Amino acid sequence: MAEQGLSMAESKGVQNEVKELRQGVSGWRNPRRRTDLITAAVFLLPSLIVFGVFTYFALGFNVYLSLTDWNFVSPVKRFIGLENYMTIFRDRRFLASLKVTFHYAVGTVAGSMGLGLILALLLNQKIRGQNFFRTVIFSPYVTTTSAIALLWVWIFQPGTGLLHYMLSLIGIKGPRWLSDPKYAMWALIIMAIWRAAGYNMVIFLSGLMNISTEYYEAAKVDGAGTLSVLWHITLPLLSPTTFFLMVTSLIGGLQVFDAPAVMTQGGPAYATTVMNYEIYQRAFVYMHAGDASAVAMVLFVIVAILTVLQLTASRRWVFYQ
Amino acid sequence: MTSETGTGTIRYRRSLGPQLQKVFAFLVVAAIATVFAIPFAWMISTSLKPNLRQVLAYPPQWIPDPPTFANYLRAWQAARFSRYMLNSLWISFAGVGLQMINGSLCAYVFSRIQFRGREFLFLLFLAVMMIPSQVTVIPNYIMLSRLDWLDSFKALIIPFSATAFGTFLLRTAFLSVPDDLVDAAVIDGASHLQIMRHVMIPLSKPTLLTFFVLNFNWRWNDYFWPLIMTSSDKMRTVALGLNIMRQTTEGGTNWHVVMAGTVLALLPVLALFLFFQRYFIEGISRSGLKGV
Repeated sequence: MAEQGLSMAESKGVQNEVKELRQGVSGWRNPRRRTDLITAAVFLLPSLIVFGVFTYFALGFNVYLSLTDWNFVSPVKRFIGLENYMTIFRDRRFLASLKVTFHYAVGTVAGSMGLGLILALLLNQKIRGQNFFRTVIFSPYVTTTSAIALLWVWIFQPGTGLLHYMLSLIGIKGPRWLSDPKYAMWALIIMAIWRAAGYNMVIFLSGLMNISTEYYEAAKVDGAGTLSVLWHITLPLLSPTTFFLMVTSLIGGLQVFDAPAVMTQGGPAYATTVMNYEIYQRAFVYMHAGDASAVAMVLFVIVAILTVLQLTASRRWVFYQ
Repeated sequence: MTSETGTGTIRYRRSLGPQLQKVFAFLVVAAIATVFAIPFAWMISTSLKPNLRQVLAYPPQWIPDPPTFANYLRAWQAARFSRYMLNSLWISFAGVGLQMINGSLCAYVFSRIQFRGREFLFLLFLAVMMIPSQVTVIPNYIMLSRLDWLDSFKALIIPFSATAFGTFLLRTAFLSVPDDLVDAAVIDGASHLQIMRHVMIPLSKPTLLTFFVLNFNWRWNDYFWPLIMTSSDKMRTVALGLNIMRQTTEGGTNWHVVMAGTVLALLPVLALFLFFQRYFIEGISRSGLKGV
């Protein structure tokens, strides 16, 4: 290209210069290098400010608040050490919210991953209408949770709702879904599975496409059957994807807020008061900035542990291809 | 696409023949897809019903008689709904616009300018994605109130004007631009901004589109942040406003009006998804497999 017109020596000189530019060996006194560094600083600055203030400073501020008994209005923030943490871990409502949150997260992850895997396996072959089905099944994932939640409130209507009617067709008497403490969480999980199954399907599909055909060909030569191929080849080779989905979806599930906020307001009888709803209520309804921040820190630690788990595991996964 | 990969090429000797296997797969997928589509169908059916009697009919009546768009007008006029829509459009477009600028600038630095501490800074960017927004919401509420930004567009746009995910996505795209092209531009005396405008951006259009649809979707769907940071009716976004409308007289048991509002609220994100599906799914699966 550009080099074609240059002599060998010239081109070599230019290449060196470019190399220097790229690797920055000559330091601040080189004017070009200086331009590079200034450019880097200017380009990064706005984002660094945003993340610095709204993420990192806020995180540190939150740690501090969790060690005070502040209530948003009092002029003094009294430092009380770990008292908030001691209080919340003795608080039955907080402990219940932990349990409820994990119930939601595990139920949603198991359901949507199971369904997503089945769909991915079925769609990973040429069938008629493949793309159409993929679109239909994925589309709930892009919808606004707080809006689609209203649709589900309407579907879950006790006595006259669509779901009640459909269950009655197969002889099941539907419960009072959202107003029954035993079923409210399951109602939220059903909606969440409907939203997330398509996402899991898409991730599983790209995992499946990464499996080399050699394995399948070898299995074919050995005369392995469908189920045996699935069990001995597909699922083991898919396990990094499975693990990734499991941990990241769990992280997402633990942060649920929109659906319980719109559909049940944490009720009935705190059956759907998940951790984020607990944070919201403590902070913005009861104005307890201190212990709300402590609950937020507990959530942060759980998410951090899961993230580290995911990162270390993905780095040294057993089934490298 | 799948003809040479995956289970498609296996010959199923012991069980069903390949053709039968495909018919079976088709039927199961079709059944699941139908179940998945029922909520959408019910939403649209309800939104087109002319009166409450048909809405509340039991057993449910699927076909509106006659179908009417009047509910959409009622929803649009109820409880400042149009204002909520405009707010959501503005914060989504402005937010994602700023994100695209900041994301491209950062991705350029992280892919093309070497300096000490760069890897560490990039790690700081990535770590942002792992911090749940609820963990920082109380301090942010306090800071925004000190800045006197609460209940303003600033509170809904500025904290989201940088993007870790977008930076990560674009960095990968910028790294895949051949070095020769960049070197040629350097030799021609192009500045960093010029290299970005004339080399990087034009060669990364698909990634930018992916960036746009995903981030737009997230901004539009956000419920938690605007719930905390806005208080007046005129600042509400549609994710919040729909729920407000439901609690007014226009909503209540008027499920046909509420469903019309829901359809309107979902229209932008569903349209974006249907038109740019490829980019959407590509972005989702790429970010997924890279482990971010």
